[in-house]
Amino acid sequence: MSSVLILADFIGGKNTKTTAELATAAAHIGDVTAVVLAPVGQGAAYAAALVQAPISNVLVVESDSFLTHGVAAAADVLTQIIAAKNPAAVLIASHAFGKEVAGRVAVKSNSGIITDAVDVAADITATQLVFGGSTTVHSKISHGTPIITVRPNSITADLKSVSPTIETLSFDIADNAKKSTVTSSQPPVQGGRPELTEADIVVSGGRGTNGDFSAVEAFADSLGAAVGASRAATDAGWYPHSHQVGQTGKTVSPQLYVACGISGAIQHRAGMQTSKAILVINKDPEAPIFEIADFGVIGDLFAVLPKATEGVNARKS
Amino acid sequence: MKIAVCIKQVPDSWAEKKMVNGLLDRVNVDAVLNDLDEYAIEEALRIAEAHGGNEESGANTVTVISMGPERASEAVRKALSMGANSAILISDPRLAGADALTTSKVLASVISKGDFDLVFCGTESTDARMSVVPAMIAERLGCAQLTFASAVTVDPTAKRVSITRVTEAGVDEIFGEFPAIVSVVEKINEPRYPSFKGIMAAKKKSIDVIDLAATGVLIENAWSVVVDAAPRPARAAGITITDDGSGADQLVAFLAQKKLI
Ligand SMILES: Cc1cc2nc3c(=O)[nH]c(=O)nc-3n(C[C@H](O)[C@H](O)[C@H](O)COP(=O)(O)OP(=O)(O)OC[C@H]3O[C@@H](n4cnc5c(N)ncnc54)[C@H](O)[C@@H]3O)c2cc1C
Ligand SMILES: Nc1ncnc2c1ncn2[C@@H]1O[C@H](COP(=O)(O)O)[C@@H](O)[C@H]1O
Repeated sequence: MSSVLILADFIGGKNTKTTAELATAAAHIGDVTAVVLAPVGQGAAYAAALVQAPISNVLVVESDSFLTHGVAAAADVLTQIIAAKNPAAVLIASHAFGKEVAGRVAVKSNSGIITDAVDVAADITATQLVFGGSTTVHSKISHGTPIITVRPNSITADLKSVSPTIETLSFDIADNAKKSTVTSSQPPVQGGRPELTEADIVVSGGRGTNGDFSAVEAFADSLGAAVGASRAATDAGWYPHSHQVGQTGKTVSPQLYVACGISGAIQHRAGMQTSKAILVINKDPEAPIFEIADFGVIGDLFAVLPKATEGVNARKS
Repeated sequence: MKIAVCIKQVPDSWAEKKMVNGLLDRVNVDAVLNDLDEYAIEEALRIAEAHGGNEESGANTVTVISMGPERASEAVRKALSMGANSAILISDPRLAGADALTTSKVLASVISKGDFDLVFCGTESTDARMSVVPAMIAERLGCAQLTFASAVTVDPTAKRVSITRVTEAGVDEIFGEFPAIVSVVEKINEPRYPSFKGIMAAKKKSIDVIDLAATGVLIENAWSVVVDAAPRPARAAGITITDDGSGADQLVAFLAQKKLI
């Protein structure tokens, strides 16, 4: 059986749900080897996190260059692993870091690249949703080792328990991959709520909250949801930028997206319109967000949300 | 400093986009300057202005580089009217439908001939949405990659550039030496509108239109092929209700019916 590499996805030293999704997609193609790039001394701890996904082997590479030289160092090592292992394909998470690593690996290994896939089939055909989710495209890499980035939360992860073999390798990192240097790093602040791109439900607030996110947060908590925001809300300083959903924020594709006091500008839609179900609360019946709503309530979010929160909580008890 | 800005002309975000023979139909849609690239132009101009200006007697030049059909000169002209000094447009029928690997190869080749200290890019083109071209250019040129910048500071004497990188992985402070590729996020600045004076001045600036042969790049092969593309079934029309006091209850009933709670 052919072997497929995935780049295990760690953010702030924590394994994300995306790793299992990548492994699940990769298992369609062949036997899965997860590459773990860890700071010196942390490889074993990182590898130990990979026990719930269809992963057969874990390849650990330790280097502090992954902290100090970021994308370029990761791409340099991953390319050397590809040369050594000759995998059928390489799957990487489709976020800023993952896409940039994939881009550099594609150049270095003279291979084709597909970004933002929502699925990958056994014959390495990737499915993408383009033009705001209005068109489905199937494509294949025609040259080199297929390098494919997979959008978080688009594949249902197979969380089976495994105990993969662990192999530790070491590589020299080229000087060209050390041209930029990280002097300080602040991992994202994790509140008590699920991570935006991993959440099954996202409740977002916009300018209509007028700066008061308490009703949005309470509804999110009743659903166990993550909280998102429009750019109008993040620009106003009402919610952290890291929670912005949209073209220049995060792309989310949860089971349910709830837009509260958000008009539905094209840049906001770009980050949420592939959500499985969309619920809207807005007091303006003309707001364009209603065009993509599965269920829309024309009304005041400050009246609707608290009652809906009560309603959801009542069902739980 | 010699500064370059890579800009792309893209279909208007609101325009309905279609695929023709596996490629985006770029002919029958309104085209605009990729709005994320406006921030790159603005940042380049601000850096130039902060370090001796880019007027005729100034210490810096800002050159716009774009690869696209001839009509992309409209987008290039906009950058010139914002204040860029000169422009190179790589236009060749053989580049129609070029992917990121080819685009980055062509851009890297033109950049390397220009001996630039800094190259600014947007973080994403709103049509392809790949966010890979700046990293690919850095890889091809073997120079510093400083991408997803929400702040940029430059020290021309030390030939050093520092940025704050903001991504899902948090906030990093990063520096590198010239030459460096910098991509900027939209939070970094507020792009200026071209002034009347700027628009008039831009009319006199020339756009150097070159073809593929002039870049020295050979197109060897296609990297990926579209197997098929089909419009997705339109979303089933949703239900919209007006809240008369029972809106919340109906909303909760909808969630229950869809098994979301
Ligand atoms: C380059 C660029 C990138 C961008 N990137 C993004 C991005 O990533 N994400 C993003 O979101 N935007 C982005 N934008 C901005 C986008 O164009 C919109 O300006 C923004 O999404 C608007 O946010 P909003 O819907 O919250 O505000 P508005 O458009 O002002 O809408 C507020 C809505 O709230 C409703 N409302 C008011 N009060 C109430 C109430 N009490 N109850 C119920 N409803 C109420 C109003 O009817 C209105 O529809 C970007 C713009 C540019 C130019
Ligand atoms: N054809 C092009 N011509 C000039 N610059 C480009 C082109 N394509 C991409 N870029 C630059 O690369 C950035 C990222 O684009 P992309 O990787 O396509 O999302 C853009 O914001 C531009 O700065």
